[in-house]
Amino acid sequence: MSDKRLTIKKRLHIIKHRLRGNKMAPAFSALHTFLFTPDETTHSGGHIRSADDLKRTMNMVILALIPVLLFSFFNTGYQHYAAIDAASGAPRVLSLMDNFLTWENFWLGFTLVMPLVIISYAIGLGVEFIFAIIKGHEVEEGYLVTGMLVPLIIPVDTPLWMLAVAVVFGVVIGKEVFGGTGMNILNPALTIRAFLFFAYPTWMSGDKVWVHGAVERTGTPDAISGETILGSLAQNNAYDYSVSDMFFGFIPGSVGETSAFLILLGGLFLIFSKIASWRIMVSAVIGSLVMGLIFNGIVDMGWIGANSSFYSLMNFEFWKHLIVGGLAFGIVYMATDPVTGSQTQKGKWIYGFLIGFLSVMIRVFNPAYPEGVFLAILLMNVFAPTIDHYVVRGNVKRRLNRLKTATIYPRTTDGKAEELKAETV
Amino acid sequence: MALLTKKDANLIIDPLADNNPITIQVLGICSALAITAELKASVVMAISVVFVLGVGNVVISLMRNIIPSKIRIIVQLVVIAALVIVVDQVLKAFAYELSKTLAVFVGLIITNCIIMGRFEAFALGNGPWRSFLDGIGNALGYGVILIIVGFFRELLGSGTLFGYPVLGDPIAKTGLYSIGYENNGFMILPPAALIVVGIIIWVQRSRNTALIEEN
Repeated sequence: MSDKRLTIKKRLHIIKHRLRGNKMAPAFSALHTFLFTPDETTHSGGHIRSADDLKRTMNMVILALIPVLLFSFFNTGYQHYAAIDAASGAPRVLSLMDNFLTWENFWLGFTLVMPLVIISYAIGLGVEFIFAIIKGHEVEEGYLVTGMLVPLIIPVDTPLWMLAVAVVFGVVIGKEVFGGTGMNILNPALTIRAFLFFAYPTWMSGDKVWVHGAVERTGTPDAISGETILGSLAQNNAYDYSVSDMFFGFIPGSVGETSAFLILLGGLFLIFSKIASWRIMVSAVIGSLVMGLIFNGIVDMGWIGANSSFYSLMNFEFWKHLIVGGLAFGIVYMATDPVTGSQTQKGKWIYGFLIGFLSVMIRVFNPAYPEGVFLAILLMNVFAPTIDHYVVRGNVKRRLNRLKTATIYPRTTDGKAEELKAETV
Repeated sequence: MALLTKKDANLIIDPLADNNPITIQVLGICSALAITAELKASVVMAISVVFVLGVGNVVISLMRNIIPSKIRIIVQLVVIAALVIVVDQVLKAFAYELSKTLAVFVGLIITNCIIMGRFEAFALGNGPWRSFLDGIGNALGYGVILIIVGFFRELLGSGTLFGYPVLGDPIAKTGLYSIGYENNGFMILPPAALIVVGIIIWVQRSRNTALIEEN
């Protein structure tokens, strides 16, 4: 055997065949397919050859998330130093080159966000590997995207052990008990977010958690504020961020949700690469605008006074809902999950519309849940199969009706003859 | 066992595991969700149900030949209600604080499906001794699950067991709390009980695959 001349790829193939039937085979196989194209070919039936398998699809979504992640490094650092400046009585004026894209900001953000990413992937993939080995099936790629989404939708100061507990819960209860990737009812990343929110509310909401350092400095002379725009509005307080700050994302919030601009770019990338459904994104945007307009209308009609606790949130311009908080991130990366969303075309419109509609409603009516978007998406995840069921039923009914009224040509065994007949009649 | 024949012993042992009222028959879920946030309440509830079901089964079994079948549900309800009132009064007399935390849930033992289910399915067709064993067995099967769920929910949710702080003091930051541990607020909420019961069912069925239903 001239083993020396074999490439690494070939050697891995050989090891894989040797391991076949072994308990650890799925784990090895997963690593192997992650690094190289597998050498297996299908043996039966007709198949469409395509370059984008599940793994490639997932990688495209991660690609769309990379700009958001990079931006989050800078913004995390910037918000921390800006809050310190504000507390010391000399508020910063944002300047992209001078005090935003700096090495200092990047490094602080990097050291805070990367541990979240690493823990998320290590724990999540660990659980996936364990389940694959116990159940003896191949490791599924489902966690690749979830693992990147999770660190982006939580506050930056979330303790790592909490994240680890939540990831185990989300992957096991949210996904594996239903049968693994592709079988889950709820979006695993949002299940993890919901678990964190209900289990450790002091770390997931309030006016302290959104800027690094705000919690540990509470009560000291160095105390800083980490209030988000929605948080200020819920208390009928003013906020001092311009529209461009909100749009480009120079505001406090969960790690990766702040920049509507980069999320928009990611969304366009996903639409043009045909990974995500544009129907869901568009209808969700419409839904949130409609709800926002209704609330604005209520204020304009004078049905609600300035002393109401809902006044500031209802008076918030309807389109601004899209550029603050997690709504944009949720619509682009969470609602479009192909597994948990609606499958039918008409269903996608209903599903998306209700996500946008309910998100803004929850946001306004329950100030304790400013991130209403995650609850709205989870709720619609549950209803997606029902929506699809009725869309399909409606379709069947319509076509049956059409069949009743249509002229029916005599059925022939030869398709061609039937066509000719149809033309001549 | 000299005291019990093998057949009689099975009346007690079966409901504890392979025919558990909660995990296999999925009865009595409502109270399992409502009162298991604290271990103490779970234990008291378990004892109360053991009493009500044990005595109730005997009473129904003794009366089984004289109850007209048309009104048997009403007769059963009267028996349960009488026993529940006894339990309630005893709790109020000897454990007033606890009876306040359990509040309405003691009264709601009346609607516990397990009790009516055992009256209907067993006591109406069997003698008093066997009915007694069946009642004790099923109530214990219910109680075991309640206590397991209560144990995990109180330990993880409040960091205490029977109200005694076992993980340290969350305010003074002693014990586990000094290294950053925090109580899991989700475990206090009723959905957590549903998930814990679900996990118990999962573990039980993966240990004994005969329990898995055919699709």
